[in-house]
Parts: sequence; C-alpha cells; structure tokens
Amino acid sequence: MAESLPVAILVEDERQIRRFVRTALEAEGWSVHETETLRQGLVDSGTRKPDLVILDLGMPDGDGMDFLRDLRGWSTVPVIVLSARVGEDDKIEALDAGADDYLTKPFGIGELLARVRASRRRRDAGAGLGSTVEFGDVKVDLSLRTVHKKGAAVHLTPIEYRLLGLLIANFGKVLTHRQILREVWGPSHIEDGHYVRVYMGHLRQKLEDDPTQPKHILTETAVGYRLVQNAIQ
Amino acid sequence: MPNLSERRPDPDLLLAKVKRQEAEARRGKLRIYFGSSAGVGKTYAMLSVARKLKVDGRDVIVGIVETHGRMDTAALLTDLEVLPPRMMPYRGKELGEFDLDAALLRHPSLILVDELAHSNVQGARHPKRWQDVEELLAAGIDVFTTLNVQHLESLNDVVGGITDVRVWETVPDTVFDDADEVVLVDIPADELLERLRAGKVYLPQQAERAASNFFRKGNLMALRELALRRTADRVEGDVQAYRVDKSIGAVWKTASALLTCVGPDPGAERVVRAAARLAVQLNAEWHALYVETPGLQRLPAVRREKILGTLKLAKDLGATTAVIADADVATSVIDYARSHNLSKLVIGRDPVRRLWPWQRSHGQKLALLAPDIDLIEIGRADAVAQRGDAGNSRAELPAPSPGDQRKFKRLRYLWTALACVFVTLLSMPLAAHFDRSNIVAIYILTVVLIAVRLGRGAAALAAVLCVCSFDFFFVPPRFSFAVSDVQYFLTFCIMLAVGLITGQLTAGLRFQARVAAHREERAGSLYEIARDLSGAVQIDQVVKISDESIERTFRAGAALLLPNAAGRLEVTSARDDGALPVDLGIAQWAFDKGQPAGFGTDTLPGTEVLYIPLRAPSLARGVLAVKARNRRLLRIPEQRQLLDTFAALIAIALERVHYVEVAQGAVVQMESERLRNSLLAALSHDLRTPLTVLVGLAESLTLTKPPLSSTQFDTAAAIQEEARRMSTLVSNLLDMARIESGEVKLNLQWQPIEEVVGSALNAARGMLKQHRVEVHVPRDLPLVRIDALLIERVLVNLFENASKYTPPGSRIMLAAQVLGDTLSVSVADDGPGLAPGREEAVFQKFTRGERESATPGVGLGLAICRAIIESHQGKILAAHRPGGGAQFTFTLPLGNPPLAAEETDSGHG
Repeated sequence: MAESLPVAILVEDERQIRRFVRTALEAEGWSVHETETLRQGLVDSGTRKPDLVILDLGMPDGDGMDFLRDLRGWSTVPVIVLSARVGEDDKIEALDAGADDYLTKPFGIGELLARVRASRRRRDAGAGLGSTVEFGDVKVDLSLRTVHKKGAAVHLTPIEYRLLGLLIANFGKVLTHRQILREVWGPSHIEDGHYVRVYMGHLRQKLEDDPTQPKHILTETAVGYRLVQNAIQ
Repeated sequence: MPNLSERRPDPDLLLAKVKRQEAEARRGKLRIYFGSSAGVGKTYAMLSVARKLKVDGRDVIVGIVETHGRMDTAALLTDLEVLPPRMMPYRGKELGEFDLDAALLRHPSLILVDELAHSNVQGARHPKRWQDVEELLAAGIDVFTTLNVQHLESLNDVVGGITDVRVWETVPDTVFDDADEVVLVDIPADELLERLRAGKVYLPQQAERAASNFFRKGNLMALRELALRRTADRVEGDVQAYRVDKSIGAVWKTASALLTCVGPDPGAERVVRAAARLAVQLNAEWHALYVETPGLQRLPAVRREKILGTLKLAKDLGATTAVIADADVATSVIDYARSHNLSKLVIGRDPVRRLWPWQRSHGQKLALLAPDIDLIEIGRADAVAQRGDAGNSRAELPAPSPGDQRKFKRLRYLWTALACVFVTLLSMPLAAHFDRSNIVAIYILTVVLIAVRLGRGAAALAAVLCVCSFDFFFVPPRFSFAVSDVQYFLTFCIMLAVGLITGQLTAGLRFQARVAAHREERAGSLYEIARDLSGAVQIDQVVKISDESIERTFRAGAALLLPNAAGRLEVTSARDDGALPVDLGIAQWAFDKGQPAGFGTDTLPGTEVLYIPLRAPSLARGVLAVKARNRRLLRIPEQRQLLDTFAALIAIALERVHYVEVAQGAVVQMESERLRNSLLAALSHDLRTPLTVLVGLAESLTLTKPPLSSTQFDTAAAIQEEARRMSTLVSNLLDMARIESGEVKLNLQWQPIEEVVGSALNAARGMLKQHRVEVHVPRDLPLVRIDALLIERVLVNLFENASKYTPPGSRIMLAAQVLGDTLSVSVADDGPGLAPGREEAVFQKFTRGERESATPGVGLGLAICRAIIESHQGKILAAHRPGGGAQFTFTLPLGNPPLAAEETDSGHG
C-alpha cells in the first residue's frame, strides 16, 4: 500500500497552513510534499510526478499565475488553488489558466477534502466515463443521449444537452462562464454571459427539485458553475 | 480606371454634404419674400402663407409686421399670435422694435419678421435686423421675412444709379444667398403704379417727394428686371447645389478666385460691390486687399477710416480681407495674388490725370508685371456714389486727428525756420572769406539734415527758405531779392531740386523704417506674450500676463472672464478696480456664440468694451474684454488681428493649464487608488492568512484520532466558529471600505435573480440551519442587470440578520416580484420585529435593532446592503411585516435585457 500512495505537492509559504493541510491530507492517505517557494514547487512537480498540486496564489516569490501557466505547458496534473484575495477575477484567471478548482481563505478542512476527492475521482475516471452517469435522482445515458429524472424521461434541447454533457465531463470541477461559452456556443460568444445563466436556469428547472436551492448544478457566484453529486452532505 | 473613379462621388464632398445637412438640421430655415419695390405685396403673401401653416397646426407667431395702415394686410393678422413690440426710446419718442429676447424665450416653430433690411434703434443687441434673424435661425427657429431688391448690398449702388435714390439700410448678399428659400413676389409695373395711385402703397410722409421720383415706370421696370435676374441667379445656384447634392454628373468648380484692390479714391465701394457680384456669378472665392503706401498713411484719419470701412464692406460681402504696408502697390498686389492663387484682378480704373508721359496707371503696371493674370477694370464713381460716400463717412466717424500730433507738425516748421536763420547768421561772417559756392554747400547740407530729422514738408520749406536767404543775403546785390547774375537762377533751381528730392527720399526711408518698426513691435509683443504664456502653469499667471501684455501693446485695459463650473462667466482679472465696465451679459453672449461682441463688432457696437471669445482647439475657454483708451487703435485691421492672435494664444494657454490640472488630478487619483487597492489587498491577505490557520487548526483538532472529549471538541468547534465569524467581519469591513471610497466597479451582468437567491441560500446554509426558509420566486421573472456577488452579499446579510434576531424555528420568507419597472425582493421573518421608529436607523453603520443585546455582530451588514443597493440605483427599506416580524425589501431597476439567442433544434452540432 505504502508504495502506491498518491503524491500531493503543497506550495504554500505559511507554515501553519501547511501544517493542517498536510495533516488533513495524510489522514486521507496522501503522501504530501511541502515547498515554500514557487521555484522549488515547479522543480518538485517535475521530479516527483505528483497526483495533485495545491497552490497558494499569493506567494512572496512570484505570481502563482505564472507558475500555473508554466506547469500547464507540460503537465495535466490537477491543481487546486488557494486564494486570499477578495476579487473573483484572479480565481477566474486561475481557472482559465488551467487550475481545476479553488478555495477561498479561510477554508475548512471539509471543503478542502471534498475538492481533493473530486479531482481524484475525475483523474481516476480519466477519459473513460461510463456510458451512464447518475447524480441524485437524475440518470443520464451518454450513449443513448437520454436523460431521466425519477424514472421519467426529460426532454432537453440540443444546447441544454451539450451544457449538461460539458458539466458531466467536468464533474465536480468549476467551469468558468468563458469556458462554458467557448465549449457550447463557440468562441464568438465569449462575451454573452447571460446565455449561460439563462440556459443553466432552464437546466435547473428541468433537473432540480427546487431550482432556487439547487443540489447538483451549483453556482460559483461571479465565477462559473459546478456539477456535484450532492451539495448538502 | 480613371472613368470609374471620376464617376464615384468624392468622399470629401459627401462628407461635407453630410456635415452641411447636420448643421442645417439644427439651424432654422429662412424664407425671404423678395420683391422689386415697396407695394408689390410681400408682407401680404407672407401672412397668407403663415395663416395656412397655422391652420395646419404649425406654431406660428408674428415677430414684427408693419401693416402701414393697410386694411387687407391688417385683416390677415387677426388670427395670428403677435409678439408685443419692445418699446425703445429714440430721439425723445418711443419706437416699437422687434423683441428678440422675447422671441427666443417663446421659441416658436416659425416666426414672421418683416423688413429684413431694417436698422434697429441704438441700444438693441444688434444694429441690424438681419442679425436678429441670424440669431433666431441659430436657435433653430424658422423665419419668414421680406426684402426689397434695393436693400441688397451688392445691388445698392446699381439701384442708386437707376433711381437716384440711395438707401442706407442694406442686407449682405450672403444672407440672401444662404437663405433656404426665396419667394419672388412680382407684379407688373403698370399694376404697381395703379396700386400706387389707388393709395394702396405706403409712403412715408417725408420721403414722398423722393418717392414720386422713384416710382416712375422706367425705374420700376428696371428694378423688376434686377429682382428677377437676382432671383434667377439664386435659382441657378440652387440647381448647382442640387446637382452636387445628387452627385449628378461632373460639375467642376473652377478654381479661379478674385482679388480686388481697395484704394482711397472715391468709388472704391463700387469696385468692391462689382467684385462681389462677379464672385457670386463665378461662384468663386474672393479677396480684398488694401496696400498702404507712405502717401496713404499720411491721409487724414477720416479718409483712412473710410478705406477701412470699405474693407469692412468687402468682408461683409464675403471677401477675405488683408492689409499690406508697402511702398510699391503693383508688386505687392501681384505677390499677394500669386501666393493666394488668385487668377483674376478687379481694380478701379485710374482717373485720367497723368502728370508725366512715363507715368503708368495701376492697371498698366499690373499688366506689365503679371501678363498671365486676368485684369478687370471697373468704371469709377458716379455722382450718386460720391455723394453717398461723403455722407457715409461723416455718419460713421468724426475722428479728429490727435491734437499733439498737429502741435508737433507746427513745431517742426518752426524748427526749420530757426535752423535756416541760424545757418544764415553763421554764414554771414564766412561770406567774406569763402566763395559763394561754399555757402551754397552749407545751405544744401542744412536742407539734407532737416529732411532727415524733420521730414518731407520741413525739407521743402527749408529748400525754399534757404534759396530765399541765399538770394537775399549773399547774391549780389545783397539784401535784395534782385539778382544781377543770371547764372544764380541755376543755383537756385539746383538748391530747390536737391532739397525736394532729398526730402522725398528721406521721407520714404523714414516710412519704411516706421513700417519695419511697427512690424517689429507687433512681432516683439507677440513673441513676448507667447514666451510669457508658455511659462504659465496657473490660471492666475495667465490672467496677469494677458492683462499686462494687452496694457503694454494696445494701451488698453483688459479683463479675462472665465466660466465657472456652471458655464457662467466670472471676472477673474487680478486688478478689478472698476476701470473696465464689464457687462457680463454681453460677455456671456460672446462666449456662448463664440463670436466677438461689443465695440467695433456687429453685436452691440455701442458699448465701449470689446469682448473676444477665447476659442481653444477643444472649446471656448472664456472671454477677453478689452477697452482701449484710443478707440481708433482697435479699428485698424492689423491691430484687431494682433488682438485676435493674443486671444488665441491666451486661449491655448488656458487650455494647456486646464489639461495640466486634469493630468495632475488624474495622477493623484491614480496614485491614491493604487495605494488604497494595495492597502486593501495587503489587509485582506494579512488578516485572512491567520484566520485560515485558526479555522484549519481548530478543525484539525476536532478531527484528531483518537477523538477529543466532548468539552474539548466543543471548544475546538467554538474556536472554529468564532474565527469564521471574524473572517466575515473582516470581509464586511473591507467591503464597506471599498464601497465607501466609491471605488467599487460594479461587475454588471444580466442575471436571473433565482440563481443569485440560490447561491445566497447555499452560502447562508450554515446560519439558517435552525430556521425554516420559504422561497417564492416565480419562474418567469425578467433578467436584472446586477453585480451577482454584491447582491448575493446583500441577501446573505439579510439572511444572517434574520437568523440572528429571531428565535430558532422561526420562519424566514424570501419573495421576489415585478413591481412597475423594478424588481422587488423581500426577506421577512416572523420574529420579534424591529423596535418602532428604528426602521431607518438600522441602516446606519454600527447600529443594531436593540441597544443592549447579547447577539454578537457589529451593525455593518445592513449598512453594506444599503450601499450596494444604492450603487445599483435601487432602494432598500425596513418595515414591520403585517403578520408580525421584520421585513426588508429592496428594489432593482429593470432594463431591457438582451435576448438569449433563440434555440432551434437544427442548431445542434
């Protein structure tokens, strides 16, 4: 078992944060490697073949965004970003630059572990998603392109289906408005943010029990959307 | 290839056309009822059309109409709204004048203003009624007016020649040519005479005798022809404009332009008018040039004024005018023509008075110098024109030449006489020892010296005096004018000739020197003000420099009037000692219209002060008020041009200072914004990091294995809880700071409100655990344009508030609905409600519903809610819920949400 422990690299300059994140991850069965600088983090990511990188965006020795872009040049390892900043712009920027998820400080261990598990699951699933996906009482058959809720067939328009497909392909991961627009509507509609909101509303009305208190299609306000198994754990 | 490009309309022309149409759209339309003489029925025709338009619902009023007691005309006025005339005192009487301000205030769609050529009583804003009409048009009011052919400026002397009656009330041709429509009101001469006999034509009492001369059949026919021809010219112009408009074919404009020369001779006005007519016919630009020679400079002030008056007439008729000081007229005219690409010269024919056979007329000289330029000679003045000119100049300026200058002239001759006496006395003792030819040399030297020092007239006097003295005192027989030897006559002649020629030459040199000195002075003063202004970095400096420079250069008092924030002018001159009686009303007019006003202009010329708008490249920066102690100085075109240049320099300096201030303000603002942002970012980072550690470590305590005892677990959970609350507090404080500073840039997006409600509920889930939440959000609510993050913050704060101030198990109700043009969202609870009278106070910072409360929290939440909602142009109110409890309601404006692209099933893929 010991030799197959998944490896996480933690790039964070605050010792106490490293301490509890490490504790939490190790309790989940990860082998955690800490670094205090971006430079060292980049070297470690190259040499240690990590399964996960946790990156603090506000590092004293440089811009975390550069680290991210650099890393994405040669690696697809899942990256979870920690941000202390108030604005949402840097989160969107980080996600667009290739981060898989983000956490805003202060964050709880529960939140952290949920994100870590989600990214782990995505990685394990790899390219080969099963032909059917289930969340809550919704069942999607990807090969037949059918959607059922509580056993009853739900009719989706082509765009709604594409939207759902995109969310399923990125299960548990935050998708920014830009990413969704580019994938579903094409690059010429990048500025039409309200398309996404309107269609996401339609999708919720068809798939959620209470569209104002969604359990699966979650809004990351001002950032994007995320599909989860169940929001209330 | 070339054919293709030739047929395509020139983009510049099209652009000019578009611009013209835009300007026209803003401007009112002018329609002129044009007739050959009084009595043809212009006013009647105008009123008839106005009545029809009134019936059609047009807002027509009568500005001023003279019925001259004619019943049928007066009858037409009955149904129309007539503007009451403004009573103005004139020579002890009260005259009813057109009330321009009342008309502008009333702002009808169309106004009738009779007698376009009328001259206003002194004290009105403009001297002429056509200027009033211009202002009405500029204000976007359509105007109908009437005009007789003899009042047209360029035809004025022609009509005078035909009828022997000269009118002084004229209208520039440009007004006529620029009118949008001209309606010719025409009746045959016989019919007009018939109407005259029947007493239907109004004739002023005093003019009756002259008028009986005027209304001869021959005259009337000639006038009718003139009116018809002038209208035909205009129609042809319209046709051409139409062709250009419609881009029909290639109507090539000839590039030829006219140059006319203005001189001192009587009849110069006639030449100018002829040139103006020619220019209109050729559809060409034209220039009027005045070459000031030494001889012309010596003319009495009244005649110089007259020449300047002629130049002004040329300008009024649409010419570009220029004044050049040069001794050689022909060369400077040709130089000017060549440098401005003018291919036709219009000059007055020289009077036939040739002293010497080698003298050439101006026309011949010009023809010799420039054989390629077309020369058009205009016949000189006739009796009528001369009479008119004399009257005109008398009326215009009785400017006496300054007294001290005359005194200086008398002194000069006295000095000359004294010098001659002195030289004679000096030569007396010498006569015994020297030959008489040496005495002659002494006299000639005297004449030359006097010519150099005292000018031409003195030299001539000296030459005569010296010849006489020499004859009397030295030529035998001495002490007698008798001459024994005939050869001395030759000596006398040579002495006289030398004296006169030297005098002439030196006078010419002195003139050149003076012209050069003037030029240098002007250039020098320009250089000085430009240099001084370039160093100015504050408004005060600009004001001081302009005051001083204008005082120095023009010997005139000056004041700068600058607009305040509301665009009203204020006196800002440093030395406000009341020496300059500034009328802010006139100044404001000049500023608003961008046109000079006051002394020497067309607008209120009766005042002493000249107001020049300071037009900078981007907009008018203020007004320069100038009051010259020597008024004539400002009438000279070069001085006015110099003053205008000063004004332009001052305007640019003001603009530069303005932009310096703007740039400094921007730098300061950028700097403070940067500082604030970095401070907030640092605060945010530095506070959140330890909070993260606290939350994280407290949580890892609760997760340790083996598990903690229950009290230890509760302690760790409490630490975690409190750290999280502190984090919320920090967020609230930072948000408040950002919103308070006004630096929050709303990230406005079209959002469905239910999504924001959803995410707010999700975020507030923890604190709402012990409450029942009911949500009523209809599905078909329109999108609202909001910053989702901030509205989510509002909702979370309202939820937090409700959960804090109600006991566990209470209901919290959220409802959204469209109310009018707003979206109204309310969060209500069935708790204890708000203390009466505290509904407004809860939104203040650091206020809570109850004075003493065990409930934790600093009262920032609702203050932030209010700041956020107000930045969205919405309102937030607290109230009692009808069934008990508190209710917070906020509204958000609904706009026009964009349509989401309609989805078609075929769009898939």
